[in-house]
Amino acid sequence: MEAKKIFDILSGKFGGSIQQLQESTFPPSVVVGSDAIVEVCDFLKKAEGLDFLSLVCLSGVDLKEQGRMTVVYHLGSMKHGHMIAIKVELDRSSPHVRTVEKVWPVANWYEREAYDMFGIVFDGHSDLRRILMPEDWEGHPMRKDYVYPKRYHTWDV
Amino acid sequence: MGALEDRFPDNILFTTVDRFLNWSKKSSLWYMLFATACCGIELMQTGASRYDLDRFGAVFRATPRQSDLMIVAGTITHMMADRVKRLYDQMPSPKYVIAMGSCANTGGPFYKDSYAVLKGVDKIIPVDVYVPGCPPRPEALIEGIMKLQEKIMEKKNLVKK
Repeated sequence: MEAKKIFDILSGKFGGSIQQLQESTFPPSVVVGSDAIVEVCDFLKKAEGLDFLSLVCLSGVDLKEQGRMTVVYHLGSMKHGHMIAIKVELDRSSPHVRTVEKVWPVANWYEREAYDMFGIVFDGHSDLRRILMPEDWEGHPMRKDYVYPKRYHTWDV
Repeated sequence: MGALEDRFPDNILFTTVDRFLNWSKKSSLWYMLFATACCGIELMQTGASRYDLDRFGAVFRATPRQSDLMIVAGTITHMMADRVKRLYDQMPSPKYVIAMGSCANTGGPFYKDSYAVLKGVDKIIPVDVYVPGCPPRPEALIEGIMKLQEKIMEKKNLVKK
């Protein structure tokens, strides 16, 4: 299905929460307000003709200059062969977004990774621990203002 | 040698105690079955039939308690580094370490600005032999083990230096 058509379906259903369609990206992306993200994702997964059964990738983006953080959800449908990206803009000083773990269970680990690398907090997550870095590691390495520590435990980093 | 001739039966050899002890150590370098990255594939290859580490008396052990040699084969992250140190501490002395490949030597391709990778395993445990390569071929690892054997043979066990 065309991205424009998916955008129109979403706009008809959720109105003002669907903010923008960006067709220059691959896959085309829809910017969604952070309040409605779980409902939008649930709809995209279950709606007839959309069937985005697969959360292909969940990533964070640090837009330091603009004071924002973005969470990008790449969705794919094996049934229809179409893809779309959902973007959620967050405040960089306290990035909070609701978890989509209940929609796609795989989001559990994706969100842990985004938390580990960017410090994005996923509210309602069942097990929000670090996944790649050691648990007593300080800071979130993918943030643009991250400062590398000099030492960790007994050795130089 | 006139005094010794014909006084002993066949197959009796003479050597120093030091040399005998070192010979027995170098001829049974049991290495720990431990690998963290692509160097591990070359390590398996080295232990398998074509390159056959067994001919040096080096066979793999699945536990640090029975190992003499730790071959650090692969990238060590900060998360893994604590475990590597613990494994090393669990090995009985005398124990030796070979750092295999660029990652274990210096951090290798992750040296510049990696937040996750330990920049050389010698930051946490003492290393006897460094084997360069990314990953090293089995011949290179075998040369590393032979260098370690040379190093073991130079050890003075009973004489104060």
